[in-house]
Amino acid sequence: MKPFNQTFLLLTVTAACWLPACKPNNAATAVSGDAAAKAYVAPGKYDEFYNFVSGGFSGQLSVYGLPSGRLLRVIPVFSVDPEKGYGYSENSKGMLNTSHGFVPWDDLHHTELSQTNGEVDGRWVFANANNTPRVARVDLKTFRTAEIIELPNSAGNHSSPFITENTEYVVAGTRFSVPIGDNQDVPISSYKQNFKGSLSFISVDKGTGNMDIAFQLQTPGVNFDLSHAGKGPSHGWFFFSCYNSEQANTLLEVNASQRDKDFILAVNWKKAEEYLKAGKGVKKNVKYSRSRYDERSHMTKSEMLNEVTVLDPAVLKDICYFIPCPKSPHGCDVDPSGEYIVGSGKLAALVPVFSYTKIQKAIADKAYDGEFEGIPVIKYEAALYGEVQKPGLGPLHTEFDGKGNAYTSFFVSSEIVKWNIKELKVLDRVPTYYSIGHLCVPGGDSRKPNAKYVIAYNKITKDRYLPTGPELAQSAQLFDISGDKMQLILDFPTIGEPHYAQAIAADLVSKNSTKLYKIEENTNTYVTKGEKEAKVVREGNKVHVYATSIRSHFAPDNIEGVKVGDEVYFHVTNLEQDWDIPHGFAVKGANNAELLIMPGETQTLKWVPEKPGVYPFYCTDFCSALHQEMSGYIRVSAPGNNVPLSFSLGKTNDAEAVR
Amino acid sequence: MKKMILILSAAVGLYACSGNASKQETPAASTPAKTESGNPAYDPERGAGKFKDVAVSATLDKPMAEAGLKVYDVKCASCHKLSDEKLVGPGWKDVTRRHKPEWILNFITNVDEMLEKDAKAQAMLELCLVRMPNQNLSDEEARNVYEYMRQNDGVK
Repeated sequence: MKPFNQTFLLLTVTAACWLPACKPNNAATAVSGDAAAKAYVAPGKYDEFYNFVSGGFSGQLSVYGLPSGRLLRVIPVFSVDPEKGYGYSENSKGMLNTSHGFVPWDDLHHTELSQTNGEVDGRWVFANANNTPRVARVDLKTFRTAEIIELPNSAGNHSSPFITENTEYVVAGTRFSVPIGDNQDVPISSYKQNFKGSLSFISVDKGTGNMDIAFQLQTPGVNFDLSHAGKGPSHGWFFFSCYNSEQANTLLEVNASQRDKDFILAVNWKKAEEYLKAGKGVKKNVKYSRSRYDERSHMTKSEMLNEVTVLDPAVLKDICYFIPCPKSPHGCDVDPSGEYIVGSGKLAALVPVFSYTKIQKAIADKAYDGEFEGIPVIKYEAALYGEVQKPGLGPLHTEFDGKGNAYTSFFVSSEIVKWNIKELKVLDRVPTYYSIGHLCVPGGDSRKPNAKYVIAYNKITKDRYLPTGPELAQSAQLFDISGDKMQLILDFPTIGEPHYAQAIAADLVSKNSTKLYKIEENTNTYVTKGEKEAKVVREGNKVHVYATSIRSHFAPDNIEGVKVGDEVYFHVTNLEQDWDIPHGFAVKGANNAELLIMPGETQTLKWVPEKPGVYPFYCTDFCSALHQEMSGYIRVSAPGNNVPLSFSLGKTNDAEAVR
Repeated sequence: MKKMILILSAAVGLYACSGNASKQETPAASTPAKTESGNPAYDPERGAGKFKDVAVSATLDKPMAEAGLKVYDVKCASCHKLSDEKLVGPGWKDVTRRHKPEWILNFITNVDEMLEKDAKAQAMLELCLVRMPNQNLSDEEARNVYEYMRQNDGVK
């Protein structure tokens, strides 16, 4: 990726770093003396912020503490995680159901914290699956994926999961337009006739967080890229960047970069709601999945849905407006006041800032430059507040500090540039190592940023850390922005490839953190509430083991009478009721995963033994001084062998004669 | 591994407890006033915790004991037999004769602090080597369990 530029940067940067005694030219190009103190969080002390970082091609979401850069947790979302049994246990595997069947991997690009009144509220964090289009909701009480909804009529769910200021909606826009409708078997070259984009508005229940697709807007075939909601005065509008208004279907690198300007699509979603209420939507027959994890039954409820309501903005004229935006826009960011919309053309050498007030006036005055596939195109100058001239090369994304300043990432020139929104004037710039993609200011896309830091999520790592072969961790960099100048204070490696990330003051989340599940509230079908209830039950060729775990034994721990050909289900209930006392469960030859069972929880592992023998099982999570003793045996017999089903714990002196 | 460290540090605390035994768990939990050396205010008969004076009648409260049995089945029976046989923890036979009700209720509901400062609790940990889990019993549940212990010890 862009090798010439990397090499150049590498040389200048490494030259600067290899001279430890030399005086830095300025605070922006080298680490100054107090950087370590600013990023230092003493042992036993807590970080000030949680940072929810997309895992990119890992499909997961990682949680870091800031300013230390400590990795606190990796939350499995769209990819299986054998460590936690996610996607393998009977309880969780339904979370990865889709209309394409079980999908074990995806590409998680963006995270978005829920908001109330335009401020991050610490309830949920949303994430998008780019490949098989889905949106997930992660519950910040448990740091677990609570719900995943699939998006029909969609491909490449990139401009997602951005939200409105009271989390009324999470949006999802298609990166890849595709044929939609009954006949999808069409020539690829018929893009212009047959391919369509769609923008989904997913409603979020205020109390439960449950997601539903409220409606979809069917749009011309273009590539939607990123989006952000209006806020304050512009609440009720959503802005989506798009490229490939050329409608190319091959060699997009060249063919989708022909026009001087592509678009930002302004969507009046309150108007769309009115049309929806007035019955102007068309119900379309589709197929998509929705899975919810229940924290009491400790099970996934997965269902297939088959209807979505579609609104056509080419017919319902006053929902959508295109605004020309230079050079294949990527980021589409709305400032805390809700007045300014910053577009970032990936190939542009300037940053246009649009004015919400001017957009409204342009619509009222019909200051249009014709239409694009039935949707009015507002005149560029009629929507433009102004342009930041010569800010850097390849602007991608912008976050805000709430003090009138914007921070824009520049991939090609590998830097963060701080600029004043009203004056459109560059104030400061710092290099990043190397080739920054997204960036994050805590609350930086909300009405109330908490602007102590900006974090750069870089695409290229090269020599930044000790080499680990051809494959390297991605680098993130933390800058203190409390002063006028940005100051680099920390590098930290990240999992997968981080794209967008969000951060939130720790106390908004930590105070609500679940410590354990109450065993009294466990409604799992296979729960074992106390060792007295532990048992093994045969139903045809299915053997259900109702087991308990507590420091440090399983009940039962000797099981006989299982036959080759049986499906064994270990339903393990952790009877502990203390924080941070999970037990694990692994059985020899299991061709899926282990289980980690939190206090008060029931988790189920399916095991299909293939040959006779005695198989040990054990606890995988160090639980006490006698953890090594926390184990058991299960005997598997040939189908014809008449061993009766039996189970026990602590039975020592009447062992069956050796056969 | 961290649990191992906790156990070891608790064991070490047995010998160091007359000094300023430090708390390892959470930064918020430090209560230095209670860990002064010698700890003259500590009542080893009653233990540390919120139970100072538990009213116990001469006869058994049967509904309470029944409720206590239900808690026992789910949260206690994995480790405690009703006889005098040790399983993971000591058997319950005569437990109400060995300890005052306050001590038992405090140990059930405040196990970490008790293991840190109570000599009898520490001696049991040396025998069992598994820290008694805090099973998150409410005060009422703990009291019911105590009534069930009394029933097990023959109170009618």
